[in-house]
Amino acid sequence: MSLLTLRGVCKRFSSGTQALSDVNFQVNDGEFVSLLGPSGCGKSTALRLIAGLIAPDSGEISWSGARPELGFVFQEATLMPWADALTNARLPLDLKGVRRGEADAQAAAALARLGLKGFESAYPRELSGGMKMRVSIARALAARPKMLLMDEPFAALDEITRAGLNDDLLALAREDGITVIFVTHSVMESAYLSSRVLVLSPRPGRIKREIVLPRENPTGPRDRLSPEFAAAQARVAGALLESA
Amino acid sequence: MKRIFDILLPIALGVTLLALWQWIVTVRQIPPYVLPAPGAIARAFADNFVSLMMSLLATLSVTVQAFLVALVAGVAIAILFSQSRLAERTLYPYAVILQVTPVVAIAPLILIWIGFERINAALVLIAALVAFFPILSNTTLGLKSADLNLMELMRLYGASRWQILWRLQLPTALPYLLGACRIAGGLALIGAVVAEFVAGSGTATGLAWRIIEAGNRLEIATMFAALGLLAFLGVAIFAILSALEYWLLRRWHESAISRQS
Repeated sequence: MSLLTLRGVCKRFSSGTQALSDVNFQVNDGEFVSLLGPSGCGKSTALRLIAGLIAPDSGEISWSGARPELGFVFQEATLMPWADALTNARLPLDLKGVRRGEADAQAAAALARLGLKGFESAYPRELSGGMKMRVSIARALAARPKMLLMDEPFAALDEITRAGLNDDLLALAREDGITVIFVTHSVMESAYLSSRVLVLSPRPGRIKREIVLPRENPTGPRDRLSPEFAAAQARVAGALLESA
Repeated sequence: MKRIFDILLPIALGVTLLALWQWIVTVRQIPPYVLPAPGAIARAFADNFVSLMMSLLATLSVTVQAFLVALVAGVAIAILFSQSRLAERTLYPYAVILQVTPVVAIAPLILIWIGFERINAALVLIAALVAFFPILSNTTLGLKSADLNLMELMRLYGASRWQILWRLQLPTALPYLLGACRIAGGLALIGAVVAEFVAGSGTATGLAWRIIEAGNRLEIATMFAALGLLAFLGVAIFAILSALEYWLLRRWHESAISRQS
C-alpha cells in the first residue's frame, strides 16, 4: 500500500541551483527506501520537502490520508548541548505537551531500546559520536513515528560503530513497522539496509535508477559475507556508475 | 602546586610593592598630601571605617540596581529583535547612538530631567545606560546563533515560536549573555562612579563622591582608601559573575571544560 507519493516535484533554490527536477516516486508502508547519490544531487532537499520543512516549486507531495507522525535524524546528532540525554530524547513529546511523567517514561524506554540505559543523565559532550547518534535516533523514536526520515545519519561514524547502528536501526524499524527513507552516499550501506534503492544523479537532481532488493531473510539482518549481499552491492554500484 | 603559585605570586608581588612604597615615602620624607604611605592609608581607612562602609554600600546599591535594569532591558530588547527583523532594523541604530555617545555628556541632562529629589533613580539610569549595550548586542548575537537543524526539527514537531525561543534560542544565548554580564558588571560600577561625579555635592553619598570630597580637603590617604574599596568592589563583582557563569555552564559548555578536567 502506498504511503507517500511524489509526483513531478521540482525545487530550485534562491541561489539559482536546480536542486531537484521532475522527481517521481512512491513509498509503500513498511518499506526501507534509500536515496543514493553523490553530494549535491538533492537527496537532502528531497527529505526536507517530504518533511514539509520547505515547499516544492511545482509538483505534488501527497500522503495516503493525513500526514503521519514523522521522525527526522540529521547527519549530525543535533542534540541540545545544555540538556541531558533524557531531556533530549523527550523533546518531541515536550513540544507536543505530553505530561512530564509519561514523556519521561517514553523517552527512557526509547533510550533503553538504543542501548543507552544508564546514560539518561549524561550530557551530549560526555558521549561518543555513536552514542550521540543513538540519542538522536531515540529522540526520533520517542514520538512513535510512522515514518523515519534519515539524512546520512551514520556518515560521520567509524565503520564498526556504523555497522552496529545499521543492525539496530533495521531491528527497531521492523519491530515498530516504521517506514524509513534513508539518504546515503554509501553503496554498501544502501545495499545492506534497503528493500529498494533510488539512485539520484546531480545537477539537476533526478532519479536515474531504481533497484529492488528482495530480502532472502525478512526477519533477520542481511549476512554481510553472503554472495547474495555481494551481488546486491554490485547491482547498486553498477546502477550508480551507469547513472553518473 | 601550580594553583598555590597562582595565588602566592601576585600576593608576594603586592606585599613587596607595598613595603617598597612605605620605605620610599619614609626615606625620602614625601609629604602625605602628595603620596601617603600604606600605613597612613590603613589608618585613614580604620578612622573612617563606618562612613566608608556606608559609601561602599551606596555605590554597591546603585551598581547592582543599574546592572539589573541593564540586564532586564538588554535581554527584553534582544528578544524583541529576535522576534522581529523590522524592530531590529528600526531600533538598532539608536542603540548604537546611545552606546557611542559618552554617558558623561548625557548625565547632566538626565539629572535635570529626573531631578535631584529622585537622585537614586537618576544615578541608576546613568549607570544602566553604560552597562546596557554589551548585554543587548551579545544576547542578540546569541539568540541568532541557534542551531538551524535543531530549529527545523522543532518546527517539524510543531513547536511555536515561543517554544523555540524558550527551548532553543535562550539556552543558546546563555553563554553569550553571561560573557556580557561580566563586562556589564564592571561597566555598571564605572557608570555609578561617573554618575556620582556628575551629581556632585549634597546628593551623592557613594565612594566616588568621597574621593572628590577627600581630594578637595587634601586628605589623600582617605582618597586612596576609597579608591582601594572601589577596586575591591570591581574585583568582587567580576569574581561573582565569573563564578555564576562557571556554575551555570559547567555541565555542558566548552568554556567550562578545561577547568573540570
